[in-house]
Amino acid sequence: MTLEKERNIIKVKKLVKKFGDFTAVDGVSFEVKKGEMFAFLGPNGAGKSTTIKMLTTLLNPTSGEISIDGVNPRKNKNKARKTFGIVFQDPSLDDDLTAYENLEFHAVFYGVPEKERKDRIEKMLKFVELWERKDSLVKTFSGGMKRRLEIARGLIHHPKILFLDEPTVGLDPQTRNHLWKFIKEMNREEKMTVFLTTHYMEEAEDVADRIAIMDHGKIIERGTAGEIKKKTKSKNLEDAFLKLTGHAIRDESASSLDHLRSRARAWGRR
Amino acid sequence: MNSPVYTMWLRQVKKYLRSKSRIIGSLGQPILFLVALGFGLGTLYKLANGGNFMDFLAPGIIAMSILFTSMFTGIEVIWDRQFGFLKETLVAPVTRFKIMFGRTLGGATTGIFQGILVLIIATIIGFRPELALIPVALVFMVLIGLFFTSLGTAIASKLEDMQGFNLIMNFLVMPLFFLSGALFPLQDAPGFLKVISYFDPLTYGVDGLRATLAGASQFGIGIDLAVCTVLTLIVLFIGAKMFSDVQI
Repeated sequence: MTLEKERNIIKVKKLVKKFGDFTAVDGVSFEVKKGEMFAFLGPNGAGKSTTIKMLTTLLNPTSGEISIDGVNPRKNKNKARKTFGIVFQDPSLDDDLTAYENLEFHAVFYGVPEKERKDRIEKMLKFVELWERKDSLVKTFSGGMKRRLEIARGLIHHPKILFLDEPTVGLDPQTRNHLWKFIKEMNREEKMTVFLTTHYMEEAEDVADRIAIMDHGKIIERGTAGEIKKKTKSKNLEDAFLKLTGHAIRDESASSLDHLRSRARAWGRR
Repeated sequence: MNSPVYTMWLRQVKKYLRSKSRIIGSLGQPILFLVALGFGLGTLYKLANGGNFMDFLAPGIIAMSILFTSMFTGIEVIWDRQFGFLKETLVAPVTRFKIMFGRTLGGATTGIFQGILVLIIATIIGFRPELALIPVALVFMVLIGLFFTSLGTAIASKLEDMQGFNLIMNFLVMPLFFLSGALFPLQDAPGFLKVISYFDPLTYGVDGLRATLAGASQFGIGIDLAVCTVLTLIVLFIGAKMFSDVQI
């Protein structure tokens, strides 16, 4: 039992999430090994983000079992929450606070001891090269800087698992490179498990030890990038991906949230 | 400090102090009411043997500014949801009650700050508050602030976006304000208006402020204090419950 717990830090069995009649996640099972970089790929609306939300206690599953570092996140939410850090698909910083304050807020919320707080924040901010801007309000930051700050924030409490939901969307190649270099380093040195989703196939091929491809709420293929390419007789992962999921373009319905975002931008907020 | 409640409170206060335009902007309306109504209706009020209208009006306007500021802070949960910060707080290993409570304390603090600013401005314009009971007046300000931040939070927990904001302003906040006796005496109001005002929580807040600051009261400080305290506790509880049920 303990041995297995050590080997598989994330265990998911027959996970289902229904929204009314719509089944977003349809009986998904998988394991992520400790210290592994695991990529979840799939077209828009495949159920990746919904799965991450269930793994990170933001949504309750309709049925199925989840174990995060041996903890059931449904029963023991706060214990599970301490074990992971997360970088969401959408920005989640407080724009009206400074970079330093955002990290400090996080550190207090995750119970980082007061003595260590300053050192850790300084180290992380230097690591993502934002130390010079620590006292600037986040609203003055570019998209790439915000992403770096979010990753720094997700790591402040030394999580065992880092969830990255499309972390590199909208970033230039330089920033993307920098981010992955940094995350690989954390993965290697701290033995931190990384669970990521991305739309960039070459990224997944480059960083992930193992890959699962999801479509219509189900995992349709899994293995290393090499294995998947071999199985589908494709020369690269993008080809394999298209063979598996088809060429039709998927629509994700725009939520009222997206509408409001654009309106808020137009009005300059408040 | 180590407490999430304190950190959440500090965040709200910092955000408020940093938006100078909001502080100044939300002083415009109370000043307009004080000047336009205070001087405009003051002579009429005197003719009807009501005495100094400014003494009557100022506590009502103070209550109004706390109502607006606190309610807005509560409703800001929607902004936090839109701009993603709510997710960051909800995945943290902290109970939702602590998050909501810290927020609410922060909202109440900004409300009280705004209330005190209006009190100072009213005094400059011609309001003569009784100084002895100012500490009790502050208690009423705290209760009004807590009540409406909690109410705003409770409502915002159920709203996806700001579309419903105008609805809340026009069908909840404005009626609460106009029917509370903040602008006109309820003693001589028509019966139905009087009855409605008894169901308006702000009525007791306004009356409490008037009792402490202007020495005139309809129900008496004891009843005002009791009603405000009980209602605040109830709404705080409801707000915490509804905030706990928020799903992203």
